[in-house]
Amino acid sequence: MRVRLLDIAHARSGDKGDTANVGLIALRPEWYDILARHVTTQRVAEHFIGMIDGGVERFELPNLRALNFLLHGALDGGGTLSLKTDAQGKVYSTALLRMTIDVPDGEGKSLGLPPAP
Amino acid sequence: VKSIVTVAAGQGFWGDSLDAPRQQVENGPTDYLMLDYLAEVTMSILQKQKERDPNLGYARDFIGAIESVLPAITDRGVRVIANAGGVNPAACARSVLAAAANRGASGRLRIGVVTGDDLLPRLDELVQAGEKFANMDTGEPLTTVRERVLSANAYIGSRPIVEALAGGANVVVTGRSTDTALTMAPLRYEFGWTDDEWDCLAAGIVAGHIIECGAQCSGGNCLFDWQHIPDLANVGYPLVQASPDGSFVVTKHPGTGGRVSVPSVTEQLVYEMGDPRSYITPDVVADFTTIQLQQDGANRVRVSGIRGRPPTEFLKVSIAYRAGFKAVGTLVYAWPEAMAKAELADRVLRERLDRLGLRFDHILTEFVGVSATHGALSGGAADVPEVQLRIGVRAEDRAAVERFTREIAPLVLNGPPSVTGFAGGRPKVEEIVAYWPALVSKKVIRTNVEIMT
Repeated sequence: MRVRLLDIAHARSGDKGDTANVGLIALRPEWYDILARHVTTQRVAEHFIGMIDGGVERFELPNLRALNFLLHGALDGGGTLSLKTDAQGKVYSTALLRMTIDVPDGEGKSLGLPPAP
Repeated sequence: VKSIVTVAAGQGFWGDSLDAPRQQVENGPTDYLMLDYLAEVTMSILQKQKERDPNLGYARDFIGAIESVLPAITDRGVRVIANAGGVNPAACARSVLAAAANRGASGRLRIGVVTGDDLLPRLDELVQAGEKFANMDTGEPLTTVRERVLSANAYIGSRPIVEALAGGANVVVTGRSTDTALTMAPLRYEFGWTDDEWDCLAAGIVAGHIIECGAQCSGGNCLFDWQHIPDLANVGYPLVQASPDGSFVVTKHPGTGGRVSVPSVTEQLVYEMGDPRSYITPDVVADFTTIQLQQDGANRVRVSGIRGRPPTEFLKVSIAYRAGFKAVGTLVYAWPEAMAKAELADRVLRERLDRLGLRFDHILTEFVGVSATHGALSGGAADVPEVQLRIGVRAEDRAAVERFTREIAPLVLNGPPSVTGFAGGRPKVEEIVAYWPALVSKKVIRTNVEIMT
């Protein structure tokens, strides 16, 4: 079953210099494990190919049912140096929500995951 | 010791709602009003203002904010804590005192002025004493930009604010305090938390992080269920109601719009987050993986369980330096084939800049409406009704950037068709003031508190 992050998570992002952060938060507590298993550092780095120059770091916050990603080299230099519309990475969060993941059908159904449209 | 201390946030950055401070003291009870005015680059803007006029260099909106809450301070004992002092906290305090006197409140304010964060006058002396100020992101030495430095400020913690409150200040004005210290300090002062009560100090920092961006934790900019967040026009700014053990409730005044919920608070907790196990502040290192949130009735979120550990031997320093010039120009291209027209205009413009022999450190083209924020993920421009072409340039040479700004408007008549949206006129050339994050040893920083009346 293919699932879109937009349908199982919400998110907010911000900046530190040329790094954008994306906090990805499960819409239901029981969906956190799905995020933790499927939204890997590797997958996120592949998702953002062409948009970021540096690496990706991932941190887990099971207490908040959230993952935090640092996207390095994401902001065209960042801060006042950046020429980007989104110089402070405010909406990088929404770009991550476009990602889809493949979850085994049985597990997806038992957790009530909405299939991608 | 009070059993509950309330801190209300009335400003999330310089430029936030002018009415929020007054609403925070009028729509319900609070003990403290916390106003955060400083972003990373704000200090350098203020430094430029101070160079032009030695009586400036602070957040001038703060004077109006104090005027709007004056009765709450003088008659109801609400105390105000703000980092509005910028690079000139004493001048800020003098202006506040003059404004209060004009409103018949002479002698009613005791302003605690916190200084010691400004390292600009000491920069070379500190370098000679062995402080490196290497760029935390790139490792480059300060000598790379030393001649172009405009301001240098250490992020200072809660102690001098606590000292000012203990000295009887009903208004505390700081320069570059950490945003979170503005909330943690009054809790520490009221509850008598000592230097090594790491969990309580960390809880105060987390409380500060949640409310330092104003309404961004109470329904503003909240993606979760945004379609149904009620009455954003009358959004309530957040309050923290803290207990002596460090647990606290995030809420807002009754009768206001917005929403305080576990999702709205969680979104703010992850905002600008780095390593969640190590949220480093001058007073304590807070561990965000220990935070427990629980909905505690409508628009109330209980926060508990927070653990902290001792801080590092360093303070972060925010250095601002001149880094050349930039300008951004835009034009809008309409259907049919809006994207193809915008792409052609971009090629034409770049070729003209080349023929003029202009050299830029960087040129960036974006297609707003197609790919500016989501890049290739957005899936193309098939049949879009319009595209905004947005081109930015950056260079050390002001003249090159200036010449670029003259090349946008001509495209309206001598470039691809169906173009509009140029009524704003020629783009403005901006001097870039860039940010240089560094560290400094705590032992060389001396803060000072003066009470002005």
